[in-house]
Amino acid sequence: MMKIDLSGLEPSAPLCGTNEHDEISKPPSFELPVTGDFDGFQKEAVQMVKPAKGTTTLAFIFKEGVMVAADSRASMGGYISSQTVKKIIEINPYMLGTMAGGAADCQFWHRNLGVKCRLHELANKRRISVTGASKLLANILYSYRGMGLSVGTMIAGWDEKGPGLYYVDSEGGRLKGTRFSVGSGSPYAYGVLDSGYRYDMSVEEAAELARRSIYHATFRDGASGGIASVYHVGPNGWTKLSGDDVGELHYKYYPVEAAVVEQEMAELSVA
Amino acid sequence: MARYDRAITVFSPDGHLFQVEYALEAVRKGNAAVGVRGTDTIVLAVEKKSTPKLQDSRSVRKIVNLDNHIALACAGLKADARVLINRARIECQSHKLTVEDPVTVEYITRYIAGLQQKYTQSGGVRPFGLSTLIIGFDPHTAVPSLYQTDPSGTFSAWKANATGRNSNSIREFLEKNYKETSGQETVKLAMRALLEVVESGGKNLEVAVMTKDQGLRQLEEAEIDAIVAEIEAEKAAAEAAKKGPPKET
Repeated sequence: MMKIDLSGLEPSAPLCGTNEHDEISKPPSFELPVTGDFDGFQKEAVQMVKPAKGTTTLAFIFKEGVMVAADSRASMGGYISSQTVKKIIEINPYMLGTMAGGAADCQFWHRNLGVKCRLHELANKRRISVTGASKLLANILYSYRGMGLSVGTMIAGWDEKGPGLYYVDSEGGRLKGTRFSVGSGSPYAYGVLDSGYRYDMSVEEAAELARRSIYHATFRDGASGGIASVYHVGPNGWTKLSGDDVGELHYKYYPVEAAVVEQEMAELSVA
Repeated sequence: MARYDRAITVFSPDGHLFQVEYALEAVRKGNAAVGVRGTDTIVLAVEKKSTPKLQDSRSVRKIVNLDNHIALACAGLKADARVLINRARIECQSHKLTVEDPVTVEYITRYIAGLQQKYTQSGGVRPFGLSTLIIGFDPHTAVPSLYQTDPSGTFSAWKANATGRNSNSIREFLEKNYKETSGQETVKLAMRALLEVVESGGKNLEVAVMTKDQGLRQLEEAEIDAIVAEIEAEKAAAEAAKKGPPKET
């Protein structure tokens, strides 16, 4: 049985098969699947569970903090399974995570991250930084690399160093940045977000930019839709700013004007 | 690998853990170590027993770095110290890797104390025979700290403390003479305390000073000699002052 040696990293192994209490100085490790061709198995697993992350989420840092927005549609292939999924996960009162990829994976590991953040606070008498929290999540996801987790998330928060934003995914990647969009609708969201972005926006302007970016993504991407939620993370924690149905947003941005032909018909019938 | 499940450290009928108490005895036989916390400086001073002529004294440093901003001195079994120090150094780096922040002094003290405690409650092992003095500056608040751990796994913060041989007399001296100091005054206070029980001279003391900006600095023998000379001069002046006034009347 092969064993991966994870000494030096947090022992965040799957729930089965760890013998922590046996010996004091055994490095943390967990058992790998029993198979002849491990690399082939890995490839198969990834292909099987590789959804296109049907969603649109985005987050960006600006003068007043971090703006986080997401749609709320869950799709299974061509079937829309829900229009009311909460894709912005509240890790703790000053940190948010976004959901893209496997819903169960995102929800579970974000809650797990919330537990770890709280334990860190209790042990160290100070809040964990966004850097630290994102690193904890990234290390966990890395240790499950190739086993079929599908998570594309952004960790947004406000800590002692100010606003912080990290992108973390199930391939084990972790990037620090000021503007991210994740999901199948992200190219469309990026288009609107990047062209409208300025660092010194007010909270309302930034919220409107985030809302419009999500709206445009839901307009063009079939796997995104439902409700555009917008959250703001400031020095005192996060607040939910709005949750608008994208259908209604469409008619707000592009109100229907009576077509020319219909006008003539109306005039004819009167005259 | 066979598991050892028979514990060596077990309770006595009147609630003592004798192995832990014997470990404390081993500490009491170890060389004296003193730590003093100032407002901007923290000092560790350790007794150096006479080095054999052929031994390279630089290979037996008693005050070691755990990280750029944390240092440790100990009294007791030196071989146990090596193991504990290595584990602590790994933990300092591991913490930096997982949360991208250097450890706080309290965190690494808690870790070392936790490790010492684990070995009092596991099968097939004996407790570590050493007490440690851990000094450092908190990376976030720049507050200087001095902590002490012992073989039972307890730890606490101190303004000044001593461990090892004659630690009680040193602690008494510190209790009488401690005041908030900074810079060179902190160094002198630590050395005065240690000189209560150790022969004076640069050969018999190892002194290290930690500041926020420069980290840990080991003092050279010549420097130590110079400070010892200052201390002796001050002592002599104080004694003369005491004897002086009565004669005049």
